[in-house]
Amino acid sequence: MTRLPRTLHPLAWWLWAAGIATAASQTSQPVLLLLLIAAAAYVVAARRAVTPWSASYATFLRIAVVVLVVRVLLYVLLGDAGGSHVLFRLPRVPLPAGWGVRIGGPLTAEGLITAIEDGLRLGTVLVCIGAANAVASPARLLKALPGALYEVGVAVSVAVSFAPQAVVAIGRARRARRLRGRSEHGLRALRGMAVPVLEDALERSVDLAAAMDARGFGRRGTVPALHRRAATSLTVLGLLAICAGTYGLLAAGSPAVLGVPLMLAGAAIAVAGFAIGNRASGRSRYRPDVWRVAEWAVAATGVVVAAAYVIAAHRDPTSLDAMSQPLRVPDAPWPLVVATMVAALPAWLAPPAPRPSSRTRSVAMPARTPAGVTS
Amino acid sequence: MIRFDHVSVTYSDTTRPVLRDVDLDVEAGELCLVVGSTGSGKSTLLKCINGLVPHFTGGTLSGRVLVDGRDTREHRPRELADIVGYVGQDPLSGFVSDTVEDELAYGMESLGVDPPTMRRRVEETLDLLGLADVRSRPLLTLSAGQQQRVAIGSVMTMHPKVLVLDEPTSALDPPAAEEVLAALTRLVHDLGLTVVIAEHRLERVVQYADRVVHVPGGGASLVVGSPREVMAASPVAPPVVRLARRVGWSPLPLSVRDARTAAGSLRDRLRDRRPPSVPAALGETAASLRRVIVTFDGVTALAGVDLDVRRGEVVAVMGRNGAGKSTLLNVLAGLQPPDAGVVDVAGVAPARLAAPDVVRRVALVPQNPADLLWRETVAAECADADIDAGAPSGTTLALLATLAPQVDVDAHPRDLSEGQRLAVALSVLLARRPPLLLLDEPTRGLDYAAKERLTAIVHGLAAEGHAVVFATHDVELVAEVATRVVVLAEGEAVSDGPTATVVTASPAFAPQVAKILAPEPWLTVGQVEAALAG
Repeated sequence: MTRLPRTLHPLAWWLWAAGIATAASQTSQPVLLLLLIAAAAYVVAARRAVTPWSASYATFLRIAVVVLVVRVLLYVLLGDAGGSHVLFRLPRVPLPAGWGVRIGGPLTAEGLITAIEDGLRLGTVLVCIGAANAVASPARLLKALPGALYEVGVAVSVAVSFAPQAVVAIGRARRARRLRGRSEHGLRALRGMAVPVLEDALERSVDLAAAMDARGFGRRGTVPALHRRAATSLTVLGLLAICAGTYGLLAAGSPAVLGVPLMLAGAAIAVAGFAIGNRASGRSRYRPDVWRVAEWAVAATGVVVAAAYVIAAHRDPTSLDAMSQPLRVPDAPWPLVVATMVAALPAWLAPPAPRPSSRTRSVAMPARTPAGVTS
Repeated sequence: MIRFDHVSVTYSDTTRPVLRDVDLDVEAGELCLVVGSTGSGKSTLLKCINGLVPHFTGGTLSGRVLVDGRDTREHRPRELADIVGYVGQDPLSGFVSDTVEDELAYGMESLGVDPPTMRRRVEETLDLLGLADVRSRPLLTLSAGQQQRVAIGSVMTMHPKVLVLDEPTSALDPPAAEEVLAALTRLVHDLGLTVVIAEHRLERVVQYADRVVHVPGGGASLVVGSPREVMAASPVAPPVVRLARRVGWSPLPLSVRDARTAAGSLRDRLRDRRPPSVPAALGETAASLRRVIVTFDGVTALAGVDLDVRRGEVVAVMGRNGAGKSTLLNVLAGLQPPDAGVVDVAGVAPARLAAPDVVRRVALVPQNPADLLWRETVAAECADADIDAGAPSGTTLALLATLAPQVDVDAHPRDLSEGQRLAVALSVLLARRPPLLLLDEPTRGLDYAAKERLTAIVHGLAAEGHAVVFATHDVELVAEVATRVVVLAEGEAVSDGPTATVVTASPAFAPQVAKILAPEPWLTVGQVEAALAG
């Protein structure tokens, strides 16, 4: 059977990525972490979408590497992880004992490996976010929000678009200073530039608000206000309960009632809110993302991976722990290796991403001239 | 369809009404053109139609505006969105989503149109406006003409009965403007849409209009009538009309085509005369480029450009959007170091100099002159410029008084008209007496009167020995002011020569007078007037 290229529902992709991130947060085993990264990377390579957002994957990879390097450097400078295998000693900066920090001193193999593992774990979570950006744009995810949360979604997407616009405005302000023969650096320049940049942002937001109003944003239709407010409050309440439940589930030592039961209750309230809200909004959706078998399958892989790691962590916390103290060769428990393989399955489960026709693609991202300079 | 009933609008920060006692009826299926100088209240009139005035802008509106029977006093813009489609001056700042298709669908989503209908309308609109090739592209990567068409399409899909457009072609090169106007006339003819359009460049639109509304400004009463009636007496008029009024053609031609049929006798009268050739009192070389190459991430902006500009010369740089015009100016101003080649401005490479040293040699007025002004009053701005230039205090103000005597020096730069802001920015930069002056799209948003003043200013500067280089889409301005024209395409200078030769060589860049009198080499109404008088 040939599968037509289509965009998978963004929620399915984000569930998949969240599953891998959850798994990564449960372990500091470098072998497992590297396997998780490899699985995510494989899926991205196979199903990457051609959107402006997908370019951010590389940025996330770079940030992950930076995080790893910074974590190791911090250990080298400050760390005191204990351990007996001293690699070398740095000259120690004398500090009063009461400070609880030290600079310099012995470096142990155990400490170094712990630092690498920590950095790698954080890096893996970042790679997962990057992977989600690469296969499904966050803008589409916001579009998939239920009707009751529509206004929140618009607010978020407008807020997100502020950053690139501010970059352009700063570029223009710097250019203007140069054209007037002023310095672009220093505190005075900063003050001189802040005003035009803020003015620009304010003007843009007023323009945008007028344009949105003129195009029917916030039309109320015939739904009574009470109905609308009920929908919004139920939705928000439900989502808060889900958040609290998630915290209860992931944080060790919290009462059991805060976990799964709270999450389920929250989900029920939120669904009720969505149902009322969708009837109340009076809006419709252009080419909504559909949820079919492939979406179920991709979302399931995320759940399976996360569940495998969470269960393993509950059963035998040491099996997922660092291999550094005492120092030993990392072992890879086979059930988890298999579970990690599941994370790579979306490379086949998801339909291929649509490709713009070659003519459009060649000009899809023309290079912009430096900020604010248009030709 | 649209009915203004004794409408007056007063904004909250002034006491004088912008519009006073306006009575106006626009019939269904009309293309109504609103003309007037900057700040006369054109935009206010347009914004009244969908209720942005007063619901969004504040101020008081007395009288009433009825659109398809709905009173804007009781209906907010969002409740009028299904009848009135409004496209503001800057399409980019009104975009809500990030790709073409989503933007086209946005308004329909707000109206709750059912998905199959939405899909069909999006496909139809993509075809109608020629956007099918770019349907999945991010909006930021489109050309200005494409963005303008998306902005029009995004309100078209809502199937409004009225389309309101504020200066839809001001940022576009001549071919792109033609494209947008052709799409609009199709909408009027095929769908019976009512279109209200405000525009400064009458030469582009007046021949398509069914009715013209002249807003004289200052609260004076509107002049409404057929294009011929209004143009016969209007102070704002395109060159074809001014020529016809001067020569006395009747009926008044509005298009080049009509004028050509009437112009036979004028061509004969002018046959053995020639427009005065520009005195070639050129000074030393002010700037020169040799094989200059600039690329941005693999896209070529300038591909080996050679250019010499001498003092006393006024060089117009033309070419379609994205041809490299702004890059050329940026290179000359030292904002953009070239990848290869030699840039020489008064003996030095400007990109290597510190900012204060550059501005003594070259001044660049950017597309938006307001960028250069950041103080609260014009007077403070001028005082700053004196200090920067090391000139005795009052120098810049005196300069401003010669360029634009009517500017209120205590006003905030934002409250000035486009033309006045341009004059302030020019004075501030000219305080250092740079020999080379660069202007990027100086006529954007300028009305005819402001353009005439700009023309006079540029002539004066050239006579004083400044070299002037300006990038523009405005062929009429080029005909009036430039001594030489350089046409860029794909980063190459495809033609470079005296204005008369270059602009008459291709119809896309020819001014109206040249088209009417072709093959005779006349470019401006002023030249013809002088020849007939002399």
